[in-house]
Amino acid sequence: MTLRKSLWAAAAVLTAGAVVALRRSTARPADPAAADRWLTVTINRSPADIQADKLPTPLQEYGDRIQTRIRPAPGDRGTEVAVRLKDVPSDASSVPARLTGQDPRQDLRRSLREAKALLEAGEVLLPDTPPTTHDKPGGKLVGLLSRRAGGEGVL
Amino acid sequence: MKALCWEGVNKLAVEQVPDPVLRNDQDVIVRLIAGTTCGSDLHLIGGYIPFMRSGDVIGHEFLGEVVEVGAGVRRHKVGDRVVVCSFVGCGRCWYCTHDLWSLCDNTNTNPGIGQALFGADTGGIFGYSHAMGGLRGSHAEYVRVPFADYGAFPVPEGVDDTSALFVSDSVPTGWMGADLAGVKPGDVVAVWGCGAVGQMAARAAILLGAERVISIDRIPERLEMTERHIGSEVIDYTTTDVGAELRERTGGRGPDVCIEAVGMEAHSDSPVHLYDQAKQQLRLQTDRPTAVRQAIHACRKGGTVFVLGVFAGAVDKFPLGAVINKGLTVRGAQQHGQRYIPMLLDRLAAGELSTAHLATHTVPLDEAPRAYDMFKEKNDGCVRAVIRPGG
Repeated sequence: MTLRKSLWAAAAVLTAGAVVALRRSTARPADPAAADRWLTVTINRSPADIQADKLPTPLQEYGDRIQTRIRPAPGDRGTEVAVRLKDVPSDASSVPARLTGQDPRQDLRRSLREAKALLEAGEVLLPDTPPTTHDKPGGKLVGLLSRRAGGEGVL
Repeated sequence: MKALCWEGVNKLAVEQVPDPVLRNDQDVIVRLIAGTTCGSDLHLIGGYIPFMRSGDVIGHEFLGEVVEVGAGVRRHKVGDRVVVCSFVGCGRCWYCTHDLWSLCDNTNTNPGIGQALFGADTGGIFGYSHAMGGLRGSHAEYVRVPFADYGAFPVPEGVDDTSALFVSDSVPTGWMGADLAGVKPGDVVAVWGCGAVGQMAARAAILLGAERVISIDRIPERLEMTERHIGSEVIDYTTTDVGAELRERTGGRGPDVCIEAVGMEAHSDSPVHLYDQAKQQLRLQTDRPTAVRQAIHACRKGGTVFVLGVFAGAVDKFPLGAVINKGLTVRGAQQHGQRYIPMLLDRLAAGELSTAHLATHTVPLDEAPRAYDMFKEKNDGCVRAVIRPGG
C-alpha cells in the first residue's frame, strides 16, 4: 500500500511538472510575444522610492543587458517594476533549457523577486540548510523542482 | 538535535538533524516548549501533498523560548516566551500590510511551485512541504523563525503554555473563518467539523454575537466536548439527516453562515463517500469535498460559505449551480494569524476563550510518531496530541 502511494505521489509530481511544461511549450507558438514579454512585479513602495538607476544589486548587476520599466500601480498597490533581457537566444526557453537551469530568464526572474524582497522586507528569505538529510528518488525530484522554483512561475 | 521527520507516505521517525542556524538578520531561534499535531499534517503524511522530501521536519503549531536573536530583530530578546504563527509574513508587502498575511509575497522560498499550481505563490508555512515554502517544521528541539518581529508574539504572564500553544494556528484559523464569513449578531452559524479548528470557529461565532451555533461531526467525544467547552449545539451526522435538521432548526431558511472545518480527507456515511475515495485514490481528484458540498446545499439563499479546511488541488462534483442560483458568497483562506493573535492572547488571558481542553494527550518528542497514529485514527478520544521535546 505504501509503495503504491509512493508511486502515485511520484506520478502526481511528474504529471504536475509535465502539465506545467506542456502548458508553457504549447502556449508559446500561440503567443508570438511570449519570448519578449516583460517580467513584472508590484512592489509595495511609493514610485518615488524606486529609481531605475538605484535598483537593488540583483538587478543592477544586469547593467545594460536588460530593459527596465517603472510605473505607479493603480490604487494603493505601490509600484510596478518590469524587466526583460535585450537579447534572448531563440531556444533559451525550451523545456530542456528550463529543466537544466539554462534559460537566462530564470536568473532574471529570480533577481527581480529578490529585488522586490529587498525593497519591501529588507532581506531575501533564505531556505533552511541543509534542505533535507537523506533524499530518496521522489525527494530528489522535488529537490530539482525546488531549485528551479525560484526562477520559474508565472511572473 | 532530535526532530520528527517525514520518511515517506505514512512513515514518520524521530531522527537527528542539524541544529537550525540564523540564516537572515530578521530570524530568531526558538527552543520548543510545545507543539501539537494538526489535521492538516495528515494530508502531508498521507502523501496527498506530493512535495515532501524524506527527512523533512514537520510541524507548524508551536510555542517556545527565544534563545538566539538575529541582528535585525527589534521586538524580541533571548528568554522571551513566544507563540509563533504557523504562516510566515514579511510584514511589509502589500498583502501583509493589508492583513492578508498567509498571502505574503516574500516568504515562500519556492515560489514557482505555488505559481504553477495555483496561479500565485502563498506565504511560507513551517514544515508544510516544499510547495508551501520549504521551511523546516517545528516538531524539533529548536526551530528557526524568520521575520520574527512579525510572526512571534510574547505570551502574557498568567497564560499557561498549553493554552497559548493553540493560538499559533487553530484558534486564529477558526476565528478568521467566523470573522471573514461576516458572522454578526442574530446569525445562525453551522460549523462542519469538531476538531480544534472547528471548535474555535464555533466559539468565535458565539463571541461575535451569533444567535445560534450548530456544530456537526460524528465522533461522540468531540461532539460532547464541543457542547461542553464551546457552548455550541451539535448534530451527529451518522444518526441525523443534517440538511433536514438544519432546516428544521432555522425555520426552513438554512444557516446564514456555513463554515467548513474538515478539509480534503472528509469522511461521510453516504455512498458518495466511496465515489470520492475511489477518485482520490486514483488521483482523478486530489481532494474529497464532502463537507463543502453539504455546506453549500444547506446554506440559506444569499448566505456565506467559508472553507477553512485545507484543500490542495481539484475536486469533482462541485455544486457551482447551487452557488450561482442561491446567490451564495463562497470564501476561503489559509490563516492570517498575525491579524488576530494579539487579540486572541488578550481574550485567553481574560478567560473569554479556553483551549486547554483540546490537549487530550501529551507526549515527549520520541513518541511523536505514535501520537500521530493515535491522532489520525482518533483513538482514545484524541483531539490534539501535544508534543513536548523537553519531556
